Amino acid sequence: MKQQTWFREHGMILLTGVIVGIAAIVLTACGNPKNMGFCIACFERDIAGALGLHSADKVQYIRPEIIGIVLGAAITAAAAKEFRAKAGSSPACRFVLGMFVMIGALVFLGCPLRMVIRLGGGDLTAVSALLGFVVGILAGVVFLRKGFSLGRAYPVPQGEGLILPGVMVVLLMLLVAVPGVLRFSEAGPGSMRAFWVISLLAGLAVGALAQRSRLCMAGGIRDAFMLHDFTLLSGFLAIWITITIGNLILGNYDLSAVSQPIAHSQHLWSFLGMALAGWGSILLGGCPLRQLILAGEGNGDSAVTVFGMIVGAAVSHNFGLAGAADSVAENGTYVVGGIGKAGMIAVVFGFVVLLVISLTHLPRKEQA
Amino acid sequence: MVDTRGLSCPMPVIMVQKEIRKNAPASLEVLADAQVAVENLTRFAVSQGYQVSVSQDGLDFKLTLTK
Repeated sequence: MKQQTWFREHGMILLTGVIVGIAAIVLTACGNPKNMGFCIACFERDIAGALGLHSADKVQYIRPEIIGIVLGAAITAAAAKEFRAKAGSSPACRFVLGMFVMIGALVFLGCPLRMVIRLGGGDLTAVSALLGFVVGILAGVVFLRKGFSLGRAYPVPQGEGLILPGVMVVLLMLLVAVPGVLRFSEAGPGSMRAFWVISLLAGLAVGALAQRSRLCMAGGIRDAFMLHDFTLLSGFLAIWITITIGNLILGNYDLSAVSQPIAHSQHLWSFLGMALAGWGSILLGGCPLRQLILAGEGNGDSAVTVFGMIVGAAVSHNFGLAGAADSVAENGTYVVGGIGKAGMIAVVFGFVVLLVISLTHLPRKEQA
Repeated sequence: MVDTRGLSCPMPVIMVQKEIRKNAPASLEVLADAQVAVENLTRFAVSQGYQVSVSQDGLDFKLTLTK
C-alpha cells in the first residue's frame, strides 16, 4: 500500500497546477488562441467540428491536446496499476449531463480550466463566470448532502475501459495520416494551433500529471465547501497564479473587461452558463478535464460523458446556442457579443433538466 | 462496514462522514475500489482523528479506521 507523503498529498497537485499553467502559456506562444492554451470544452467542440458534427467553420480541428490528456492518463493509470474498466452508473444521465455541461461552458466560451486561464490573463469578463461556477457547485453540493448519487459503477471487461483511449488513437491516426478526411478551420480560433507534436506532448504531460494528482476544477471548490479540504483547490489556484505570472512576464496581462480574446461581456449569461457547467460537473463527480482523466483510467461512464460533451458542442453550434465573442465593427464601434434567445432558452432548459436529474436520484425515504 | 465501491467522488467520503457524525464509531471498516477513494478517505479520516490502515483484497481495498 502506498504511503501518503507530503509530496503525494500536496506537492503533486501544486506541481500539476504549475505545469498546466506553463503548458497553457507555451501552447499560446506556439499558436493556440490567446487565453486558450488549454480549454477542454473549446477543444472538444473543435474535434466535433473536424468530424463534421457541426458546420461552424471557425472552430474545426482535431486538437491533439485532448488526445494527449486521455492517453497520458491511460498510460500513467496503467503504470500505477490503477487502470480499471468499470461502468454502469447511470450512463444515459451522464450523457445528458455532459451535453448540458458543454452547452453551459460554450455559452461562457470556456470550460472551468479556460475560465482560470482567462482570469490569469486579466480577463475580468470571467469573474462573473467564476461566481456562477461557484454558485452552480453549491447547488450540486446541496443535492450531494441530500444523498444524490448516480449509482454504482461495476467492473466490466477491459475492452469497455479502452473505448475512449482507442477513439483517441484513431483520431490521432486520422490527423497525422489522412487529414484530408477531416475539416480544418482556415480562420478563427480553430485555425490557431500549435504544431501538433507540441500539442500532443503538452496533453500527455497534463494528462499524466492530472491522473496522478486527481486535479479537478470543480472538485477543488466542492471539497473546500463540503469537507473543508483544500487539496484540490490548491491545484486550481496554482494554475491561476502560474498563468498570471507567465502573462505578466511575457507582457500579455491585460486587466480589463473589454476586448478580451474570444470572450464576451454578457456577464449574466456567463454567470448562468458556468453555473450550469458547475452544477452538472458536481453531479458527474468531476469537471470536463476530470472526465477525460477518468475515461483514460478505464471509466466507461466518463467516456459516455465525454461523448455527451462532444454531442453537446455540436448541438450548441448547430442550434446557435454558443456565445459569440465581443468584436469591433469596421466603423470602430464596440459590439457586445454573447448569446441569443436560443442560447438563453437552452440554459434555462438545462437548469430544469439538472433539477429533474438531481431530484430523481435522491435516496427514497426508506433509504435515507 | 461502509461499502463505497463503484461510487463517484465525493460519495465515498460523504458516506463515511455521515457514519462518523451519526454513530461516532471507535472503529470503522470501509470498502473502496479506487486508489483515489483510498487517498480521499484516508485524508478525511486522519482529519477526524482516526488512524487508518489499508489492505488490498484483489481489486478492492479495505480501510480500517480506529481512534
